[in-house]
Amino acid sequence: MVQTSLAQLFQKHQQQILEDWIRQQLGAATLRSDLLKESELREQSREFLKNFIDVVQAGTEDLDAPSWKQAKEVLNSISRSRGAQGFSPSETATFVFSLKQPLFEVLKRESLPAQELTDGTWRVTVLLDKLGLHTFEVFQQSREAIIGRQQEELLELSTPVVRLWDSILALPLIGTLNSERTQVVMESLLEKIVETEAQIAIIDITGVPTVDTLVAQHLLKTVAAARLMGADCIISGIRPQIAQTIIHLGINLSDVVTKATLADAFAVALQRTGATLSRTSVRS
Amino acid sequence: MERIPILKMGSFLLVTIQVDMHDELAMTLQEDLTNRVVKDRARGVLIDISSLEVVDSFIGRMIANIAGMARMLDAETVLVGMRPAVAITLVELGMSLPGVRTALNVNRGMAILQTALGEKGYLGGSA
Repeated sequence: MVQTSLAQLFQKHQQQILEDWIRQQLGAATLRSDLLKESELREQSREFLKNFIDVVQAGTEDLDAPSWKQAKEVLNSISRSRGAQGFSPSETATFVFSLKQPLFEVLKRESLPAQELTDGTWRVTVLLDKLGLHTFEVFQQSREAIIGRQQEELLELSTPVVRLWDSILALPLIGTLNSERTQVVMESLLEKIVETEAQIAIIDITGVPTVDTLVAQHLLKTVAAARLMGADCIISGIRPQIAQTIIHLGINLSDVVTKATLADAFAVALQRTGATLSRTSVRS
Repeated sequence: MERIPILKMGSFLLVTIQVDMHDELAMTLQEDLTNRVVKDRARGVLIDISSLEVVDSFIGRMIANIAGMARMLDAETVLVGMRPAVAITLVELGMSLPGVRTALNVNRGMAILQTALGEKGYLGGSA
């Protein structure tokens, strides 16, 4: 079958196809009526169908050809918005693949000769499959962009080393410790020890969600390195669950001073550096 | 032959490592220092490694050994001035030098020695 006649056929039945398609999408199990309004779906479907017919008209199968540009752009925006809305990849791709049935219906109704019917079916399948895969790719890309951005944001949560008092430093750790982060944390702590001539560093792990053997090892390394620089470390902010985990895992933290809260650790640090705090009565 | 100077300061010995340590130099230092501790009847040893930029496992072990030997000869030993990069390297090599006293700089190390020796009653006010 000639491309133009296939396109003309779809053009003629465009309204019918659209209605069938939307009905099918609305009835499908993959419909996410919680995320997408029917009017929006209708608009997206109408636009994509129109562009798809143009693609059929152009008759090229090369996805990079200029005639595909419009259709691809429509798909890109649909795919991206669905990715951001929280659709699953298959739910997004189904949007394209579900167009097959209404198109085949039209071909079937035309009672074409067997040869032409097969040709037309094949042609539509190839085109839609390509567009479907394209949807997948764009969806994936948009997700990866999100992940990349989140990773950057995570790295920006670098660990500050805070000077609490003369020669007392605090290192509030937030988030999971991996090897790279430990390296950064260790370096910044040691640099700060040199800079402030600190004698005591308090490592606060209140913000560390889980402590496994690896995290504990990283902590112990940091403590050992600080000790080599002549500074003692106190680990504080150990939550009850973390204490249980550490003991169950058989991690030996007995060489390190541990305190439940940062306040306790600070009190110990003050005591060791010879400073005392006293409360003066507040005059009203 | 290249040697690392050992300076006497009161009842302390000060070793400043200002060149890149190589294996032979470390062995010489080990010998010289033990001899000097005995000869000068030193009560404390300060090993300043603030100029040391490169360490390997051998040098790390030498430092630990020298500290251990000096301690055995009844001299308190403090390792001072380790650079952050060196500290990280030693820890990554699995050598956290347990049992070796450390301090940030010579000043701090001296204070530690004086406190420790004062407690032992060695420093009868004459430092």
